[in-house]
Amino acid sequence: MTVSNERLAELAAAAWRIRRYALRMGEVQGQGYIGQALGWADVLAVAYCHAMNLKPAEPEWEGRDRFLLSHGHYAIAHYAALIEAGIIAESELETYGSDDSRLPMSGMASYTPGMEISGGSLGQGLIIGVGMALGLKQKKNPAFVYNSMSDGELDEGSTWEAAMSAAHHALDNLICLVDINNQQADGPSSKVLGFEPLADKWAAFGWHVQRVKGNDLPAVVAAFDAARALKEPKPRVILFDTLMGKGVPFLESREKNHFIRVDAPEWQQALDILDQTPQGALA
Amino acid sequence: MSTAVATPKKPKLTTSAMIASIASEGQRVRAAPFGKALVEYAANRPEVVGLTADLAKYTDLHLFAQAYPERFFQMGMAEQLLMGAAGGMAKEGLVPFATTYAAFGTRRAFDFIHQVIAEEDLNVKICCALPGLTTGYGPSHAAIEDIAMMRGVPGLTIVDPCDALDIEQAVPQIAEHKGPVYMRLLRGQVPLVLDEIEGYRFELGKAKLLREGADVLVISSGLLTMRALEAAQDLSKDNIGVAVLHCPTIKPLDEAAIVEAVRYKHRLVVVAENHSVIGGLGEAVASALLRHRVQPAGFQLAGLPDAFLDAGALPTLHDRYGISREALGVRIRTWLA
Repeated sequence: MTVSNERLAELAAAAWRIRRYALRMGEVQGQGYIGQALGWADVLAVAYCHAMNLKPAEPEWEGRDRFLLSHGHYAIAHYAALIEAGIIAESELETYGSDDSRLPMSGMASYTPGMEISGGSLGQGLIIGVGMALGLKQKKNPAFVYNSMSDGELDEGSTWEAAMSAAHHALDNLICLVDINNQQADGPSSKVLGFEPLADKWAAFGWHVQRVKGNDLPAVVAAFDAARALKEPKPRVILFDTLMGKGVPFLESREKNHFIRVDAPEWQQALDILDQTPQGALA
Repeated sequence: MSTAVATPKKPKLTTSAMIASIASEGQRVRAAPFGKALVEYAANRPEVVGLTADLAKYTDLHLFAQAYPERFFQMGMAEQLLMGAAGGMAKEGLVPFATTYAAFGTRRAFDFIHQVIAEEDLNVKICCALPGLTTGYGPSHAAIEDIAMMRGVPGLTIVDPCDALDIEQAVPQIAEHKGPVYMRLLRGQVPLVLDEIEGYRFELGKAKLLREGADVLVISSGLLTMRALEAAQDLSKDNIGVAVLHCPTIKPLDEAAIVEAVRYKHRLVVVAENHSVIGGLGEAVASALLRHRVQPAGFQLAGLPDAFLDAGALPTLHDRYGISREALGVRIRTWLA
């Protein structure tokens, strides 16, 4: 399956806007997991603007594909994607992280339209995804469940309980998206708790595995398409190697850290850099 | 050359088996009340599903699995998965009954009950066998702190049924209740006691006065209600009047009924529970009485000690820790003296 250059350019523009919305939210609070948001924007653009079956005006439409944000701290990125998808209004980003906002710093299901779960206690999303995928099959609903998670969540035993279970129950409606930026709270994942060889691990657990560059838009599109089209009765995982801060060179090259520090004037500088970048150039 | 020596017959040893019946010799019982009630309730309700973590047989869920194999989900010995996946199914509109042992369900999977199920007010019914001290295996399997843990979870309804009748009547009621429920499960041959109380029926959220008595009020839940009724009978022979208020719903607690039973009566209040004295019904009742400014003539906790309890045979242990019929009677006499 190939995608036209025109379509790729549209997706690149969507990813560009997701980055921009996230930067604007970060500016509101002077903080946020912006490194992750910029790194994950391409995957979110493809999920929300290419792969997923959605009705933006009806976020709880029964036929929708479910997108679970297991890593709740990526909410800033997810809100940006929900704005891009037309599920929440752009004007709402001005409230990010404020009292009584629908956009709290960590994603919660009861706060935000389109936020399927309350993530944040890491390692829960894939388990919930197993339950939802089983539930959908029980209802004969053909929707997919996407679980979006960080590489740090590979440390949690619950992730592997879910991995065993998904294969055991042949959950071909479950697609797991892992952001491998190799950064956790205490440093590089390889130093915290090494997870390689990762593709082999998932394959050994009975999953269909793809590993692609998560900021290479055509590769991301192809991986989503392959995961959806696969006929094998297996759960699917896509391992995305991403670059934190992608699209804003001074953040890309900043000393790598789980929580990238951004000084007050730098939010505008980052927006200026993005604004000078042609919208299709990042792909 | 062997010599025939008459070996003295070995006394039969008591057992510290994992699964031991809590029914005393000759007691009336019903088999698998939970499993049977769930099969009956689910007959015309396709949204009811059953999940277990490798303990279907030991939670009586195997009856559901046999009746509705397409609605039964074996999650393996993975309690976090059990709770989280039950939450996921509830998000899709199903009504999951998730079973395991209380120790594993509450202790190992606590965060999944808290974050996946309760935080989103999902319609999951957690039913856990071996509550409190109903196993001889020791602290690995005994869950003497499950209610303390579950009481801390906002929005979770907690039920501690006394006998087979309570369980049969509780199943449809917790299923109809919208929101998460934690129910302590008695399984296998379960004593039948409450059918002897005229007019008794289980009502979710309600405490029921099972008998009156002038000297002592026992407020109890779970199998300790059965023990309280037995001890009350014994004490009545010595003209000690013991009333029993059964509180099968621990949260939300029927504070009105408790206040009504305690106020103006000047009786010793004893809270009897198959649970640690920390964080269970006893502390919940104490808090309610203080907040309502009700002062009983005395207040004592007949629960399990705040300790890692011994392994052994249940009758031995129930005597040792004061929750057998006899030991409860002795405790009440001591407190009255």
